[in-house]
Amino acid sequence: MSAPSPITSAKDLERWKEEGLRSLAPNTAKVSVGMATCGLATGAQAVFDVLTEELSKASSQAILAKTSCIGFCQMEPIVEVYRPGEPRVLYKEMTAEKARELAADILGGKVNKKEALCTLDGFPEAKAGKTISGIPRMEDLPFYQKQKKIVLNRCGRIFPDSLAEYIASGGYFTLWQVLNNRSPDQIIAEIDLSGLRGRGGAGFPTGRKWRFARDAQGDPKYIICNADEGDPGAYMDRSVLEGDPFAILEGMAIGAYAIGASQGFIYVRDEYPLAIEKLETAVAQARSHGLLGKNIMGKGLSFDLRLIRGGGAFVCGEETALIASLEGRPGEPRQRPPFPAEKGLWGKPTVINNVETWANVPWILSQGADSFRKLGTQTSKGSKVFSIVGKINNTGLIEVPMGLKLRDIIYDIGGGIPDDKKFKAIQTGGPSGGCIPEKLLDLPVDYESLTQAGAIMGSGGMIVMDEDTCMVDVARYFLDFLKEESCGKCSPCREGIDRALEILERICQGKGRTGDIETLESIGKMMKGFSLCALGTTAPNPVLSTIRYFRDEYEAHIRDHKCPAKVCRELIRYSISAKNCNGCGACVKPCPQEAISGAKKKVHTLDQSLCIKCGMCYEVCKFDAIERE
Amino acid sequence: MIALQMNGKSLKVKPGMTVLEAAQSAGVKIPTLCHHEGILPYGACRLCTVEITDAGRTTLQASCCYPAKEGLQVRTDTEAVVEGRQLLFQLLLARCSEYPAIRELAAEWGVMDTPFSPKGENCVLCGLCVRACALLMGAEAIAFSGRGTSRKVTTPFRFPSEECRACGACTFLCPTGAIQMEAEMVERLRNRYGPERQCRYTLMGLVSGKVCPNNYNCAQCTFDQTMELRFGMHPAFAVGAAKALAAAASPTR
Repeated sequence: MSAPSPITSAKDLERWKEEGLRSLAPNTAKVSVGMATCGLATGAQAVFDVLTEELSKASSQAILAKTSCIGFCQMEPIVEVYRPGEPRVLYKEMTAEKARELAADILGGKVNKKEALCTLDGFPEAKAGKTISGIPRMEDLPFYQKQKKIVLNRCGRIFPDSLAEYIASGGYFTLWQVLNNRSPDQIIAEIDLSGLRGRGGAGFPTGRKWRFARDAQGDPKYIICNADEGDPGAYMDRSVLEGDPFAILEGMAIGAYAIGASQGFIYVRDEYPLAIEKLETAVAQARSHGLLGKNIMGKGLSFDLRLIRGGGAFVCGEETALIASLEGRPGEPRQRPPFPAEKGLWGKPTVINNVETWANVPWILSQGADSFRKLGTQTSKGSKVFSIVGKINNTGLIEVPMGLKLRDIIYDIGGGIPDDKKFKAIQTGGPSGGCIPEKLLDLPVDYESLTQAGAIMGSGGMIVMDEDTCMVDVARYFLDFLKEESCGKCSPCREGIDRALEILERICQGKGRTGDIETLESIGKMMKGFSLCALGTTAPNPVLSTIRYFRDEYEAHIRDHKCPAKVCRELIRYSISAKNCNGCGACVKPCPQEAISGAKKKVHTLDQSLCIKCGMCYEVCKFDAIERE
Repeated sequence: MIALQMNGKSLKVKPGMTVLEAAQSAGVKIPTLCHHEGILPYGACRLCTVEITDAGRTTLQASCCYPAKEGLQVRTDTEAVVEGRQLLFQLLLARCSEYPAIRELAAEWGVMDTPFSPKGENCVLCGLCVRACALLMGAEAIAFSGRGTSRKVTTPFRFPSEECRACGACTFLCPTGAIQMEAEMVERLRNRYGPERQCRYTLMGLVSGKVCPNNYNCAQCTFDQTMELRFGMHPAFAVGAAKALAAAASPTR
């Protein structure tokens, strides 16, 4: 690493680039372990430790490095092996034992085709061509085939703490270009032309927002990066922060120049310790190399960043609540207008954009608005990062062009539903998104189509549900989450969620009444129009969309007191089939209520008065003798 | 002057007015609960929601917060507004079913009953007390605590507040009577002497001086008596008039 000296010329950048290229493609073997949160959760640390031990044993020159999430979280821990002149190989689902074998293979110059996931191109320059027979290329894997990586381009490919590797992959050249050759107005025009819309969910045109803030009266002006990602099952922003923190810094520096802001804030949730660590490292390095602070790159731009940790309130992802929280007040939204671009932090013009939005900025300015516009639909341009989780084979983080069909995401990229179950619904947009049924799977993913279908784009969480999911229970679950997270300031949201949840709980217990569905609908309609902030206006989405597409399930609960998916405990009953039970006794011990009894090799009986319907017996029985109805 | 349309009728209002104020100036009734002309708008009860067409976009907006602008088309009587308002009244009635003020307001708008089970709460969470305490009195003796359905108005950590001056602004404003002055606590506050004993008029800047010639016995303070008689309301809401009065009457301290 070079001594901390400011980067103030194209020559400096080139020097850093060379250093970065040397570490990205050294003249010796290099092993990179994916150590983002998803990797660490599946044991990447143990893999890393074993590799450290094994590779240091021999007198090998192999370099061991840490990288971040390459997106295929299902296959973590993932290890990339690079040998000069050979194709890079990704190894999947590593364990400590497999890592020991892998280390031996690396030292012996062998490729273990059995454990390999794919080969991949060089980085940053994609040098395709060489392949290894028996190992697919990354582009040919269904998971990656339909993806288009803009924001996630560097994730999993570089060491996130390395400024040199960031610069080697094109980073900070854009800021240099922009500061030298473009006026703030030209930048805003370019962003506007690109059609980039807010990736936090609401989809407001970014260029227009920047224009408002630039034209607004007030000094100083502020910019904020909203990294308070709180949707259950969504981790797009976390991965970007962990994998490519400098991109956010560069995007924000460009934004600061365009808007005329001198101070920026990154509001990141405290539950993301690794993301905070990576950001802190990146900010410190940027500062010591003149990429943040006074006179950035010697071009007179003064802009500094502060990291603020969120206290864990979901509503603080709403921009006015986030600003209140930044100011040290309770995180409660306030009425707009005035919008933050006019009167934001401490009453000054403030631009607040999501992590993904900021990360798109350097790419758009380096590749041009037209390359960005080429992707996507009429109204939604570019690509979007989604996390696909739930009942899906390939859990992971994907980036696809806007307008791709949901079906492609679920079946091609996601690999379909595990255990040959039937697909039931996909929920987009977090807890306040909607559930989209099978019949709408050919819907293109863009802001307007999703809204029309009763869901929202949201920040990009996608939860796949299979036939074993009860849609009334799903609505109940998300409303329960929102009840905890509503700030309680405005009465439609506070009282509305509470009463809707009361009704849903009643329905799940089989105590639903005629007219409950209509009451839920009218509460939802009122909340959509009357609530103060987006949390309240979108909160009814899970209820309204499930009623819209799965009304028969609600009716079955209310009229027939049946849960078709057999999930709601009060509406199901377990019994032992005399025909199938062979008296093995496997179900006796797991039953926490001691409700099952019977002599060995005789048909067992279940005491209904003791049964709490936990389903333990159902899980353990290998002979389909436990019946659920 | 700004020209806008209110329920189809043309209307001219002063710049800086909100849509609610514009409606009131034209005699168009809109229900409010968390609004008070003496305090900055808050937009929490949402009863004042109306339909506003601004630059071609029609949305439902809280009229207490929305600035009156040239060319706005405001409707207070559309189906969405009326139905939503009715449901909101039902929800608030269920929350505070015992309180005449809420019952009367709801009845005025045709809502006599609620299909929801009563919660038996006394506070409707309009926040008038909290805002009066912070914005008018600068005391910040009470605030909201908790989130969502556990939101409550309380003193910090629920201890008796040292910041409270027993000024009574919160009690005066509370629509449900959820906040009451406790004789004992008022007595305790009034028994504080010297610099500890805060005179509400001094704090509001209505009188100068730190030492009270009445030995902090408010019952003997003519100023205190005059204020209440003169305004028939809490002096906090008549600050301007009270200042003039204070200057003219040159009170006893």
